[in-house]
Amino acid sequence: MSDQENQIPRTVPIQSATFSSPVNAEIRRAAATGIYDIRGGGAKRKVPHFDDLLFLGASVSRYPLEGYRERCDTSVTLGTRYAKTPIELDIPITIAGMSFGALSAQAKEALGRGASAAGTSTTTGDGGMTPEERRHSTKLVYQYLPSRYGMNPDDLRKADAIEVVVGQGAKPGGGGMLLGQKISDRVAEMRTLPKGIDQRSACRHPDWTGPDDLEIKILELREITGWRVPIYIKVGATRPYYDTALAGKAGADVVVLDGMQGGTAATQDVFIEHVGLPTLACIRPAVRALQDLGLHREVQLVVSGGIRSGADVAKALALGADAVSIGTAAMIALGDNDPKWEAEYRKLGTTAGAYDDWHEGQDPAGITTQDPMLAARLDPVEGGRRLRNYLKVMTLEAQTIARACGHNHLHNLEPEDLCALTMESAAMAQVPLAGTDWYPGKPGGGY
Amino acid sequence: MPTYDLSTGGLRGLNEALHAVSGATPNEGWTVLNPMGSHAIAVGLDAPVQVTVKGPTGYYCGGMNKLATVHVEGSVGPGVAENMMSGTVIVDGDASQYAGATGHGGLLNIKGNASSRCGISMKGIDIVVHGNIGHMSAFMAQAGNLVVCGDAGEALGESLYEARLFVRGSVKSLGADCVEKEVRPEHLDLLADLLDRAGAKAKPEEFRRFGSARTLYNFDIDNAY
Repeated sequence: MSDQENQIPRTVPIQSATFSSPVNAEIRRAAATGIYDIRGGGAKRKVPHFDDLLFLGASVSRYPLEGYRERCDTSVTLGTRYAKTPIELDIPITIAGMSFGALSAQAKEALGRGASAAGTSTTTGDGGMTPEERRHSTKLVYQYLPSRYGMNPDDLRKADAIEVVVGQGAKPGGGGMLLGQKISDRVAEMRTLPKGIDQRSACRHPDWTGPDDLEIKILELREITGWRVPIYIKVGATRPYYDTALAGKAGADVVVLDGMQGGTAATQDVFIEHVGLPTLACIRPAVRALQDLGLHREVQLVVSGGIRSGADVAKALALGADAVSIGTAAMIALGDNDPKWEAEYRKLGTTAGAYDDWHEGQDPAGITTQDPMLAARLDPVEGGRRLRNYLKVMTLEAQTIARACGHNHLHNLEPEDLCALTMESAAMAQVPLAGTDWYPGKPGGGY
Repeated sequence: MPTYDLSTGGLRGLNEALHAVSGATPNEGWTVLNPMGSHAIAVGLDAPVQVTVKGPTGYYCGGMNKLATVHVEGSVGPGVAENMMSGTVIVDGDASQYAGATGHGGLLNIKGNASSRCGISMKGIDIVVHGNIGHMSAFMAQAGNLVVCGDAGEALGESLYEARLFVRGSVKSLGADCVEKEVRPEHLDLLADLLDRAGAKAKPEEFRRFGSARTLYNFDIDNAY
């Protein structure tokens, strides 16, 4: 070959945007195994989120409150509509439902300790209530799920609230999974299932369908518990206006709305990434549904899915939520995906921050496992302290923002305190694009 | 014997009175008049009290029962004895869908027919149906015994776990992973006991047994990595 031929410019290798490296890797993995990818966590794709909103802060037209001196309350009461004993929380940040089975007993205890120390509630999950979490949770919400694993009236009567789970943001329309590696003797007994099976929970309730039945189911639960505790309805965000309206009509005290960034212990990746709505997109329709029924603030709205900081809390509340709920962030506070376990993450073929094979039960941090050796790595007392600190910081952050906007309670935050950085977030949050008084779809606002 | 008229007393008053009964209370029988299809009658009972309901009920009669005996002299709506833990619920008439759903224990004795999804997701309850049952019965049933003296509808035992199903009449079709199994002597003893407790005149030898093939218990992976 001559020197002249060597100098002919060649086309550089170009990777396909459609068939990217991760896409191709997944095709090869599917071809090798014949099974879809299962993982934990919520949507990893980038979607419009609270980061796309900004607070406007005080100005000539509004005055701020003194950051360290003037009062800014954070309390919230959930279940004021019908319950004799509503749940009174010191902060508007609750811990979302996560099951014993998906999490170790130590992790559940740590969540209870941290939430209790911060003055808030924690929630059971698919698999029933453990004595450990009841003992360490001053306020415990008992989930009533389609599978009814571990459901019994004694635990129902011990609960401070009941959450009827219709769906969750990671998999609206799907049931839970708990694979055989995590079905220990205790988990199997609590769920009345054979040890070691790949357990796939039911996706719909066995004894009711539709909002009219739901109303009767709520009546039954209230009769069993003497109308004492609040009834929550949890839905995965898909049709937030109608789901919220129907839950309110059915008699819910509280509606919990979970966006697609909300995590799960295990489900199909295709489900997590391709079904549901971003959290940001579902708050305003849900608030509007409650307002249309005259139920806003009478039926409380709890929003979850990708809440990470006090800024996220403040933004959710400004859009009309009464409280938020955290799951993934609480696990990270306990130690999930901590870089100190990097060497072990590498052995599992992943890296800190990306580990999501929670269903395999090999969690180096000892949180999403039933392996006694791994679970012992999490000290429930230390985990509880870390969670309490994290909740405290989130609350302080939210207060900082609220005071800067001139509010003496987090619930006084309002959409007028916000602007949006992108057209998409402006449309979803229905707050003006930064520097304008316009958002897509604004009534009388042009195209 | 206390009598409670639902047409004048209201549901809350009835359940409140029944919840006030404890194991230490003398075991008085309660009679409920004029149920008129009301929902959630005698739910969440937690003591060995006898309750007789004089007429038809709506949804969830006897729901989450523990220890009590609830006898309905009529037909019942959906979800009778749902999630029952122990005790007995007797239905003189027919039962609508989801009878005995997710029940953990006790005996549900239906003297008429049961509609679709009878015993759905059952977790240890014993259900005896003197007549027929509808489609998708024992769907995802985990534990316990379902005894059907008549016929079973389509997709019996769909995605079944470890519950045992006994049918005396015909079975229109079996659901995924449900197969017919041998009736062994221990099953005849079990049937004899359940039929006797339910007052059913059928003979154990007349029943066929169905259970899980257990092929759906784990994912089918070609090359686990």
